Amino acid sequence: MTAPAASAPPPAQPGAAPRPRRGGRGRRNAELGLLVLAMVLVAAYGAAVQASMLDTITGTFWVPAAVLFLTFFALHLVVRFLAPHADPALLPAVALLNGLGVGFLRRLDLGGQEAARRVDYPVFAGVGGRQLAWTLISVVLAAALLVVVRDHRMVSRYAYTLGLVGIVLVITPAVLPSSISEVNHAKLWIRFGSFFSIQPGEFAKLALLSFFAYYLVRKREVLSLASKRFLGIDFPRGRDLGPVVAVWALSLLVLVFEKDLGTSLLYFGMFVVTLYIATERVSWLIIGLLLFSGGAFLAYLLGHSIGGPFLNFGQRVDTWLDPFADPYDKGWQLTQSLLGLGTGGLFGTGPGAGQPNLVEEVKNDFIFAGMGEEVGLFGLSALLVIYLLIVARGLRAGLAVRDSFGKLLAGGLSFTLGLQVFVIVGGVSGLIPLTGQTTPFLSAGGSSLMANWLLVAMLLRISDAAGRPAGEGAAGPVRSSGTGSAPMRLHGAPTEVINR
Amino acid sequence: MPAFVVAVARLGFLVLLWIFVFTVVGVIRRDLFAGARSSRLVAAPRGVGASGGAASRPAKVKRGKAAHQLVVTAGQLAGTRITLGENQITIGRAEDSTLVITDDYASARHARLVPRNGQWMIEDLGSTNGTYLDRAKVTGPTPVPLGVPIRIGRTALELRP
Repeated sequence: MTAPAASAPPPAQPGAAPRPRRGGRGRRNAELGLLVLAMVLVAAYGAAVQASMLDTITGTFWVPAAVLFLTFFALHLVVRFLAPHADPALLPAVALLNGLGVGFLRRLDLGGQEAARRVDYPVFAGVGGRQLAWTLISVVLAAALLVVVRDHRMVSRYAYTLGLVGIVLVITPAVLPSSISEVNHAKLWIRFGSFFSIQPGEFAKLALLSFFAYYLVRKREVLSLASKRFLGIDFPRGRDLGPVVAVWALSLLVLVFEKDLGTSLLYFGMFVVTLYIATERVSWLIIGLLLFSGGAFLAYLLGHSIGGPFLNFGQRVDTWLDPFADPYDKGWQLTQSLLGLGTGGLFGTGPGAGQPNLVEEVKNDFIFAGMGEEVGLFGLSALLVIYLLIVARGLRAGLAVRDSFGKLLAGGLSFTLGLQVFVIVGGVSGLIPLTGQTTPFLSAGGSSLMANWLLVAMLLRISDAAGRPAGEGAAGPVRSSGTGSAPMRLHGAPTEVINR
Repeated sequence: MPAFVVAVARLGFLVLLWIFVFTVVGVIRRDLFAGARSSRLVAAPRGVGASGGAASRPAKVKRGKAAHQLVVTAGQLAGTRITLGENQITIGRAEDSTLVITDDYASARHARLVPRNGQWMIEDLGSTNGTYLDRAKVTGPTPVPLGVPIRIGRTALELRP
């Protein structure tokens, strides 16, 4: 060993310590700046809505934006202290979507009032006010997740429990009587009385993903290595297909008994993509696509021949194929949505100047069509790019984080978010058969908002672990746990075992 | 409200929306590059930091040939693969090593791999039984070419692209 090498570590220490911290603070300041910009945008949206709907700008147009800013600022502080290296773009981007959702719902409330009464409409009333309250609760939940889960690997300890919870959550609405669980022909809900209802599937997503990630970290070698080559693609052995077939069956059950293609596509896509991330085998994607499209096609055929539980799905496909065949009944929702998007054109009618109240379910499923009418293609693409950035940052966190569980979890979470946006926006714009998914962060509804904020909190936590310089903070617990045999020691360490 | 104000509000909102999008992209971009540089400086030993910023460009040009993985080819951990990042890799029996090897002939802190201007250098940390690059004993920081085995006791490691 040479002299300079021996003396290298000690002087590097004092220089190394403050530098990452400064990097973390820079990120947090950037986050705060973006957050302020996002809330300015929300306030501007509120002002624009008032300008065209009330013909005047009242002194309270900034109040929802200010309340939202205080809420998100609190979350920003939590991130600043508990996840200082987290991604700076995630929180402001999500905050903007959430804020615009609140603003648009308030605009719908105003649209539901007579023109003369709109000026006096209270700030915290109606669906918009409720959404504001849900945002508050969701942000508190997200902060709680950041406080409780200090290291994302902690989640893997409860993987089997979470998997069980997830399956129970998925199945509950299917077995409950329709009077409790059915809303708009989709059995996805648990209703407590007429006011309060939750959509357990939204939370099941998170629980199931944690379980998938853990399961695949354990099984990835077998799944990626024991394979037969056929047509230049590695296909797995039959018996290794067991779990994927099980999830496929589960998702088909969801399709049949809960009458919801979107949710089943979401669960199945989630699993196949985590499988793909774990094994890097394209064959999984091909198998997944074939299985799903085969299953969906079969359900469509069955819907036409025997009806029963498949009838709803068959009708939806018919509506998708030709929405204008029955524009006043079955195709009503979709045609209104398409007409709304068409009216918006390139630049939209302007916030508050459209007629989104004509679109059915514009608060939930069709919020994208309602907004599209007013902000136009130009605005919608900006919203889609924001979703894309959120997903990309999530995937980036997955690439950068050092442990396999974190990689799978981050990849799965961000892909699920992207898939959900695809399913609902594709449905609303007529690209795929319409299914009742919520638009993440925009749609009215507590379950969706809470679940998606938890998802973002988890991504923030993982991106914090990814951005943290090596050898600082949370790296400690993993390495101290390395007392078992060689593979045990590697588990969770920054390595990937392939045993080739 | 005059139509002019409504038009300004309508287009102004869209413009602001896209400004937000591009600001986010800008932050992400800055974050990517800042992150890469700072972690390089942290990982690099003393004296390298000063040239790190300037040298990061040529390193990127020959990325195709750069090492991206460290693979254990022989010994108990054969088959283990570490994706190389910007940080140094420490090898030894100590629990806090990046690669913990349970080799009877390895020392607690045996050797380390340090990236320097895109080239990985092996450095012996005063081990009892020595580190060998192919057949030659490593005495000072030595550049490691791709595919040449580093031998530590019964364990052999290789850099792979």
